[in-house]
Amino acid sequence: MSMKISTRQVDGVTILDLGGRITLGEGSVQLRDSVRDLLAKGQKKILLNLGDVNYIDSSGIGELVSAYTTVRNQGGELKLLNLTRKVHDLLQITKLYTVFDVKDDEASAIASYARG
Amino acid sequence: MTGQEPRRITYTLDSSLDSVNKVEQTAEQMARKAGVDEDDIFRISMAVREAAVNAVLHGNAYDPDKRMTASFENTGSDLVIRITDEGKGLDPATLPDPLAPENLLRGSGRGIFLIRSFMDEVHFRQLHPGTELTLIKHLGAAPTGA
Repeated sequence: MSMKISTRQVDGVTILDLGGRITLGEGSVQLRDSVRDLLAKGQKKILLNLGDVNYIDSSGIGELVSAYTTVRNQGGELKLLNLTRKVHDLLQITKLYTVFDVKDDEASAIASYARG
Repeated sequence: MTGQEPRRITYTLDSSLDSVNKVEQTAEQMARKAGVDEDDIFRISMAVREAAVNAVLHGNAYDPDKRMTASFENTGSDLVIRITDEGKGLDPATLPDPLAPENLLRGSGRGIFLIRSFMDEVHFRQLHPGTELTLIKHLGAAPTGA
């Protein structure tokens, strides 16, 4: 039932590969802690790869929003990559699709971050 | 009645995330058994999960002395799921609109909205104390939601 999360660096951007469920409890907390740890280390260019996330509830959606605002408030950028259809639909319904910078190609997503 | 399954199943559960997961899984099985399509199975189980989260988290506040009940019924024309809690009560009229520009970036407040988006009917009833949410999906209805 839990979420899998792994981290890698590409050209100064930290990619979090997420898989499983982002729901109230474990998944949401894992995401929050991961983003907080990255910010504490000064890594402010964050790309959340949601390609293997097959389920997200309102708590998980809220966590994505909180991560987005937290990173932005610290002068960073958080973008989303590879939305599944279910997650895409949920972001459309909640009018968040246009709030997030959503990418579907990793290379162009990496290139879209500000240099420096 | 010999050989017939009961039309309504009711669980009384503690206020935990395990209970939320059980209710969600039961809803998914019920929807699958009723023959609704995969998209609606997802919508129904998610709406029921959100209602259960609401009961456990916002209603009962994880109080070990308070219970959530969840009943599941296939009437033949509808799937009817009722979730009750023993909390302070919920007035849906007081809930902020999560689509309002000033609320879009809030970290919470989307649960009831998603329930309403995914089900055909949603009814609130005050129990004094507590709240009962009734979620209804019409079988054979056109797909709802996005």
